[in-house]
Amino acid sequence: MNLLNVKDLHTSFFTPAGEVKAVNGLSFSLDEGKVLGIVGESGSGKSVTAYSILQILTSPGRIVSGSIQLRGEELVGKTDEEMRKIRGNKISIIFQDPMTSLNPTFTIGNQLREAILLHTSRNREQAHARAVEMLKLVGISEPEKRMHQYAYELSGGMRQRVMIAMALACEPDILIADEPTTALDVTIQAQILELMLKLQKELGMAIIMITHDMGVIASVCDEVIVMYAGSVCERGTTDAIFYHPKHEYTKGLMRSIPDMNDDDKTRLVPITGTPIDLLHVPPGCPFAPRCDRAMKICLKEKPKEYWVGHDHLSACWMNVREGRCFTERPDEGVAE
Amino acid sequence: MSTAEKAFKPDPAYLVQVRHLKQYFPVSTGFLRTVMLKAVDDVSFNIKRGTTLGLVGESGCGKTTVGRSMLQLYKPTAGEIWFDGRRIDSKDSLQEFRRRAQMVFQDPYSSLNPRMTVADIVAEPIDVHRLCASKKEREDRVRQLMSLVGLNTEHATRYAHEFSGGQRQRIGIARALASKPEFIVCDEPVSALDVSIQAQVINMLEDLQSRLGLTYLFIAHDISVVKHISNRIAVMYLGHMMEMAPANELTRHPLHPYTVSLMSAVPVPDPEQSRRQQRIVLEGDVPSPLKVPSGCPFRTRCSRAIKDCASSCPAMREVAPSHYVACHQV
Repeated sequence: MNLLNVKDLHTSFFTPAGEVKAVNGLSFSLDEGKVLGIVGESGSGKSVTAYSILQILTSPGRIVSGSIQLRGEELVGKTDEEMRKIRGNKISIIFQDPMTSLNPTFTIGNQLREAILLHTSRNREQAHARAVEMLKLVGISEPEKRMHQYAYELSGGMRQRVMIAMALACEPDILIADEPTTALDVTIQAQILELMLKLQKELGMAIIMITHDMGVIASVCDEVIVMYAGSVCERGTTDAIFYHPKHEYTKGLMRSIPDMNDDDKTRLVPITGTPIDLLHVPPGCPFAPRCDRAMKICLKEKPKEYWVGHDHLSACWMNVREGRCFTERPDEGVAE
Repeated sequence: MSTAEKAFKPDPAYLVQVRHLKQYFPVSTGFLRTVMLKAVDDVSFNIKRGTTLGLVGESGCGKTTVGRSMLQLYKPTAGEIWFDGRRIDSKDSLQEFRRRAQMVFQDPYSSLNPRMTVADIVAEPIDVHRLCASKKEREDRVRQLMSLVGLNTEHATRYAHEFSGGQRQRIGIARALASKPEFIVCDEPVSALDVSIQAQVINMLEDLQSRLGLTYLFIAHDISVVKHISNRIAVMYLGHMMEMAPANELTRHPLHPYTVSLMSAVPVPDPEQSRRQQRIVLEGDVPSPLKVPSGCPFRTRCSRAIKDCASSCPAMREVAPSHYVACHQV
C-alpha cells in the first residue's frame, strides 16, 4: 500500500469574479521514505495541493472532489477536529518564510513544546527535553539557550531549522516542504537541503518538496510532478523527467534555464506568451496557448495522462500523435 | 593623498571606473549611541564599454548598495566614480550623469507608480531632462520605447496594475531607456519573475545591449543567470570584494574559498551532475555587518583561515590574467 494516495483531486477558489480551479484533477502516490518534488510556476497549484492534503485552505477555497488517502485512510471529508490529530503529527508542513510562520510573541521553546504536548502523551519536562533534543538534531548550537530566545533573535537559516525541528518533533510520516529554501541564500540553502536529506534518512519519513527551482528538484528528489495551471503536465522519476521530458512545457522550462556548463552564452529559448489567467482556463490543454507545437486537438480537448515509460506519465497530445504512449504501464526497460 | 593618486588618469576603454568606494550608514544602537554599518568597504572595479559586469553575493553583502552609490542615490562616504573620463563629484557633472546612467529595479510591483499611466511612467525621464520639445515628439518617443521592449503600444494609457510581472519589468526597462542612457544598473531585474518569463527578459536585455551599445552592471544572486549575461563577474561578501574574473573563468576556476563554496552550493538542474557534485557546505551564518570580523571578513567561516587572516585584510591581487582575488592563501 502506498503511504499517500491522491486521486483526481479538484480544489477551487470561489471568488466573486468566478471559480478559480487551482488544482484541476491531480493524481499521484507517494511511497514510504521517498522524496517527491512538485515543480511549477506561480499559480500552477503546487502550494494549493499541499494545503489540500492538510486541509488548511482558506476561504473561499475548498476541495470540490477527489480522494486523499493516508495509509488507506480517507482524509477528504474528515472534520476539523479529526484533521487536527493528523496535522503536525502524521503530516507536517514547513513554509517558505520562517519569520512569518513563527509566533513573534512566544519563545522558540514555548512553540516547540506546544507541538509536542499537543500530539504526544509527554509531560512538560519530557516535552522540554524532547524540544532540546530536536534543536540539537537540526544542528542548532546551544539549544538550551535558544529555547528561551524569540524568532527575531535568530537568522533566517536558524529559523528554518527551528521550523524543521517543530515539524519533525512528532516524527511524522510525511513532511511537506513548501518552498523551504526560496527565502534563503544559496550557501544557507545548501545547509538546509543537506539537513533535510540527512533527517529523512535517519527518521525514514517521506518528503513532498514544493519548489519552482529545477536545481533543488534535481538535487533532492526521487520523483517529480510538473504542474501548470492546476494540471499535471507529467510525472515520473527525476531522471526520467530531466533526461526524457515528454511534455512541451517541461521541455520549454528546461530550455529557458541558463546552463552553468555552457561557456558560449547560447541564447535562451524562452516560453512565449504570458502566464495563464486562471479565471479563463482554455478548454483544452492549459499550456496550448503558449505551446509552439500545439495542434487543433490541444485547443479543444484536455489530454489524459498516458504512460510513456515504466516510471513516467505524461499528459500531452504530442505523445499520442507520435505513438509514444501506452494505456497500460509498460515493463521496466522499455526505452523512452 | 599622494601625488600618484592625484594624477589618476581615467582609461578611455572603460565607461565606468569605481575607485575605493566606501558607503557607511550610521545605525543607532541605543541611547545616543551610533555605530557605522560598513555596507561597502573599499570596493574598486572598472566596466568596459558595451560589456556587462555581474555582481553576485548573498543578501546583505552590499551589492545593491554598490549599484545605488554608483548612481549617487546615496552620497558615497569616500571614493571616486569616474564616468566616461569625468569624475562625478559636482552638481554639474551629476545632472548629465543622471541622464546617461539609469537603473532597473528588482520589484516590478513597487517600482512603478500605481497612479501613473504607462506612458507617463516611461516618459518621466524625458520630462525630467526635457528631452522632447513637443507633445507629439514625446508621444512618438514613448511609442517607440514601448515597442522596443515588446509592449503593445496601444496599452500606453493603461495603469501598471493591469500588467503581469514580466510586462511590468518591461515597463521599468522602457523607463530606464527613455533618457538614452549608456549605462544601466540592473538590480536583480529577473529574480521576481517566473522561470519562463525570466528567459524572455534576459534575452531582451541582451538584445538591447547589442542594439544600443549599453553597458550593464548586473546585480543578482542567481549565479547561473549572472554567468549567462555577464562578461565579467565580481563576488562580494560583507561589503568587501572577494574575487573578480571573466565569467567563465570565475565559474570554472574559482580561487577564493568563499567563491569556491558559493559555486559548489548552486543546485544544478541535472540529477547526474548533482549526485556527483562535491558540496562544500559552509558552517554557520554570515556575521552581522555591524560586527565585521577583523582582517578578512570571511575568515570566521573559512576552512583555510590562518593567523594572518585575522590581522590584515587581504588586498585584491591579479593572480592570473585579469583574475583578481583578495585572499592570503591564494
